[in-house]
Amino acid sequence: MSTDTTTETPKEYKVIGTRPIRHDGADKVTGKAVYTSDLHVPNMAFGAFIRSPHAHARIISVDTSDAENMPGVLATCTSADLPSLWDKGDNLGEGYVNYAHLSGNILARGKALYKGHAIAAVAATSTHLAEEAAKRIKVEYEPLLATTWVVDAMQKNAPLLHDKLITHTLDDEPAKPSNIAEHVRFEKGNIEEGFAAADVVIEREFKTSTIHQGYIESHVSVALWNEDGRLKIWTATQGSFATRQQVAAVLEMPVSQVTVTPCEIGGGFGGKISIYEQPVAAILSRKCGRPIKIAMRRDEVFEATGPTPGSFIRVKLGATKDGKLNAAEAWVAFDAGAYPGGFIAPGCMCALSCYDIPHATVDGFDVVLNKPKTQAYRAPGSTHVAFAVESVIDELATELKIDPIDFRLNNAAKEGTRRVDGPVYPRVGLVECLQAIQNSDHWKSPLTGPNRGRGVACGFWFNAGLKSSVAANVNADGTVTLIEGSTDIGGTRTSLAMQLAETLGINAEDVIPQVVDTDSVGFTDVTGGSRVTFATGLATYEAGLDIQRQLVKQAAKLWECDSEDITVTDGTYQTKDKSLSFKELAVQVSASNEPIVGRGAVDAPNASNAFGAHIVDLEVDPDTGKVTILRYTACQDAGKAIHPSYVEGQMQGGAVQGIGWALNEEYFYDDHGHMRNASFLDYRMPTCYDLPMIDTIIVEVANPDHPYGVRGVGEVPIVPPPPAIASAMHQATGIRFYELPMSPPKVWKAMMTKNTED
Amino acid sequence: MKTHVTTTINGESVEFLCQPRQSLLEVLRDELSLTGCKEGCNNGNCGACTVMLNGSPVDSCLVLAVEAEEATIETIEGVADKGHLHPLQQCFLEGAALQCGICTPGFIMAAKALLEKNPQPTEEEIRFGLAGNLCRCTGYDKIVRAVQAAAELQKESVS
Repeated sequence: MSTDTTTETPKEYKVIGTRPIRHDGADKVTGKAVYTSDLHVPNMAFGAFIRSPHAHARIISVDTSDAENMPGVLATCTSADLPSLWDKGDNLGEGYVNYAHLSGNILARGKALYKGHAIAAVAATSTHLAEEAAKRIKVEYEPLLATTWVVDAMQKNAPLLHDKLITHTLDDEPAKPSNIAEHVRFEKGNIEEGFAAADVVIEREFKTSTIHQGYIESHVSVALWNEDGRLKIWTATQGSFATRQQVAAVLEMPVSQVTVTPCEIGGGFGGKISIYEQPVAAILSRKCGRPIKIAMRRDEVFEATGPTPGSFIRVKLGATKDGKLNAAEAWVAFDAGAYPGGFIAPGCMCALSCYDIPHATVDGFDVVLNKPKTQAYRAPGSTHVAFAVESVIDELATELKIDPIDFRLNNAAKEGTRRVDGPVYPRVGLVECLQAIQNSDHWKSPLTGPNRGRGVACGFWFNAGLKSSVAANVNADGTVTLIEGSTDIGGTRTSLAMQLAETLGINAEDVIPQVVDTDSVGFTDVTGGSRVTFATGLATYEAGLDIQRQLVKQAAKLWECDSEDITVTDGTYQTKDKSLSFKELAVQVSASNEPIVGRGAVDAPNASNAFGAHIVDLEVDPDTGKVTILRYTACQDAGKAIHPSYVEGQMQGGAVQGIGWALNEEYFYDDHGHMRNASFLDYRMPTCYDLPMIDTIIVEVANPDHPYGVRGVGEVPIVPPPPAIASAMHQATGIRFYELPMSPPKVWKAMMTKNTED
Repeated sequence: MKTHVTTTINGESVEFLCQPRQSLLEVLRDELSLTGCKEGCNNGNCGACTVMLNGSPVDSCLVLAVEAEEATIETIEGVADKGHLHPLQQCFLEGAALQCGICTPGFIMAAKALLEKNPQPTEEEIRFGLAGNLCRCTGYDKIVRAVQAAAELQKESVS
């Protein structure tokens, strides 16, 4: 079931809001779409890595000679082949990257910092041979003590990962190195006064496990470093320009010498922004003069890419008797993985983002430990803190005997609310989302039966703006080819084509969108931050207006009148006595005039601020601790849903990732810091047999910063499920769960303990 | 040392040489350029490489290529009929049942196998029949609905 709730007088659109078939659809349902691993470049050879078997170890020596002597082996590569870089970096849209750390993560330098850390690589004439040769690379290690839990890694006696890492903090810089890379702090009002004026204060501690983005396509690239010095890379990436920028920086070459072609991408969710195998494939290619393909195995993907941080969070909230939040304090520690630069800042900014709270402080810590470097995962940081804050909100509402939706409505962030990190919201749609779930059939239908419970929670993500470029070429038959640089990860070719079609007054099918390489379109930031439909949409809108201006000029020439005499309405160009549709006019002028090429380039400054609210019904099996989701409703403010089916798809997919995070997914680490479940069998993502249908309610509170009101939609829906489920679990079992995942063993144990105590 | 194998793939007789260690998936993709079946895990956990082997759906990464001797294989490349999409393909498109698309060929093969055995499955039967295929993008809602729609479409075309 899907419901559209429009809260303001809707504009009339012809294309926006309809559900055309996606432009790349036929390719993808017939197996013709070309993903990177489908590429077979002539004379291609294959690369493989040797990876650290230790979670933390000094690398004494690396000897590649045995591997090099094997027949069929073409080249080897170690960190000695990568330039050593000072601490320089760039912001890639979903986070800052330090190039020295990035290079060290690509191939370990001096120390291996996690199990699976790449040490060296080899190229051979087949994948099997490359893998065998990789095993023949001799690496001598001195194993060191490892730490894989964020709180342990913060202790004074914890094994140090980086000898010179001094905490970056607003306070006095500490004299000694530690694993704490950064301490961030946000505050507003006066926290002591705030709590003093509260009637009820609840403080709780929460833990979350490491989670992987879980895209089904692994990391794979083909690199060809030509004799003329130009490097071509075909890769699975969320950002072709971000890949170009990182590869060029890590290899110390000009960006203009690197061409990145983004192939179709099999999922990313934030995990395919950082580079891994690309520079290694490039170096191997340079050394042997052949194109090199490197595809990671699934265990390598788990052990060496992604994941999202494990976290420890303490939250204290104070409210008055009438249900008004008055003070909030959060202490948040995220593991960054092996290198600094996790998602602690956005996590802290999101912590209290759904509420208008006068007095608040948030302290956050970015902590390195012996796990893969964490990467963005769908609303990075927001899900962790929402689990904690929303859970305490639920306890407060219960304590004050106030309906949980009413409690949230009482305190909901709205236009004018100042977030703890400073920004004041423009028009946002949280109140409308809460009202929509309150009025939903789901909320109004009673839930009965033993061991069952219902929970609600809300969630927030900023959404990014950033840079996008497009070109739009008017064809002789009156169609338009849209050239863009945003990797299409879930239907954005179509959401962009629809915006161009709306702007020009033509059909979505008359726009032919093409995602092209970095030499063929202007700079475009990553597909991430829920930004493409919003920001590349803005560029597309500009290109549409540009085409329109050019067409008006050419129509004036054709009709021998002034441009000012021509009006354009819904794609019809007319003067007092003449009228032609876009298509007719384009066909007529294309024969005898200069080609019409529309241009759109934006640096969208503002976040589009998306909110959502979810309801879940579930049942707990008291004999096994297994949780069955009975019914689920996800509601979100999409600003304006360009293609409602794909908006629903984002909401449903995000909600299910959140359900997996809440109930099953986690990295199991043993005492040696080794992940013991690096397969899709043992890292248990939801299957369709685990789930009901996911109902959606799209709320549309127009974003004032977009001509069609678009807000990003991709990230928010992963945020509410863990706290909504925890709340429902409390109703079902009488137990509050403060740790993710709420997996069957933990739930069963908690229920047994409770029964013994009862 | 390579082994000679003769099979029928998508209705055509196909011969290939393979090493004993090579999986059917590897041969389909790397030797025969049938890259529509995808590798997600290479150990039978994700279903992205699902093909029909002698009428039954299999994870082609778990089948050795030498086992395909005299077998009949159908891959995603053989599902559309001379320029016409199969009802499942049509319903996946109309129902927006894909996002990144990497799992789609495997889901279509698994769903096709299901509908051939059970033309009118319940939602529960669809969910059970597709439980061997992982999708990380969609939350499965629209995939299940697309299979329901295809079953309905096939029923209409039969009656």
